[in-house]
Amino acid sequence: MLRGIIHRHGQALREGARDGVPIGLGYLAVSFSLGIAARGVGLTPFQGFVASILNNASAGEYAAFTLMAAGGTLVQMGIVTLVANARYFLMSCAFSQRFAGGTRLVHRLLVGFALTDELFGIAIARPGYIDPYYSYGAMATAMPGWAFGTALGIALGNVMPPRVVSALSVALFGMFLAIVVPPSRKSRRLLAVVAASFAASLAFELAPYVSSLDSGTRIIILTVAISAVAALVFPVADGGAQELGQDEKSLASLGDDVLEATDPERGGSDER
Amino acid sequence: MSASPYAYIAVMAGVTFLIRILPLTLIRRRIESRFLQSFLYYVPYVTISVMTFPAIVHATNSPVAGAAALVAGVLAAWFGASMFQVAVGCCALVFVLELFLV
Repeated sequence: MLRGIIHRHGQALREGARDGVPIGLGYLAVSFSLGIAARGVGLTPFQGFVASILNNASAGEYAAFTLMAAGGTLVQMGIVTLVANARYFLMSCAFSQRFAGGTRLVHRLLVGFALTDELFGIAIARPGYIDPYYSYGAMATAMPGWAFGTALGIALGNVMPPRVVSALSVALFGMFLAIVVPPSRKSRRLLAVVAASFAASLAFELAPYVSSLDSGTRIIILTVAISAVAALVFPVADGGAQELGQDEKSLASLGDDVLEATDPERGGSDER
Repeated sequence: MSASPYAYIAVMAGVTFLIRILPLTLIRRRIESRFLQSFLYYVPYVTISVMTFPAIVHATNSPVAGAAALVAGVLAAWFGASMFQVAVGCCALVFVLELFLV
């Protein structure tokens, strides 16, 4: 059976592993900075490793660590994670339509488990149906970078000189900017929403009453309020496909694929 | 922390997993509501934006260096730098600036 799998999927597995290497290296650097944040909360390297290998989420984990620091409840943790990771829901919608009908449940669960911005991007960029083994190859080389980087950031964060830690701590924010800024360049409306988010976030930190809220709660309130207003003032068609053009690999292509998701010819008949 | 770290980790991992696999496994219908579509479209950008600023300014030893990294990161991403380039560039800038500032 194993030989049969390698015969049929070995090529995809190797290609995935090759494409995952640069992603894994990038993860290693960025998650080091996530580890520095986790160390501030008091997590051990092992706990950081477990959190990262199970979550594979930059913004989601950062938000979660922030909430831990604030001593939030488990319910708050669920809400914060839901909000910070909501974009994966969209990616999953898009991805579901690229699986061949009848793809087994185990493949859907495993590929979905590591559906990060980058792994989503490289898999969706390939022509035709998704070969789950391509994703497994990429996961094998990319995911350890994220988990080990987090553990290293916790373990080495206090060994390294403070000025190095200070410099590395902005890596995560750099990654966030690289997610948010490029699509804002293509859409004036999105640019306005991002700018408003920055301004409102600053206001929430300075304003009298709301500044006493913990940052996890602030993130939830700001996200729901600003997104709702934006959806009313600047409604997007087809989940934003036209707004952003169709050549982007990451977030921007989601609307496009979500649209296809509803094509009855390709969706539907599946799953047992 | 008020709960066990592992309880927090279990909740975040469980929620993240469900978000990622529900559309792949169960939910196949199109979201019809224009408002909901638009809302879901904006949510990730807003969340990530409010987490980035002003937090980046407090992350560094010198707030000035953090603010400079924010501006440089926005410019670099605007002009097409990759995620990795933006992240490393921000770190390098903070390191160099803090040689003078701190």
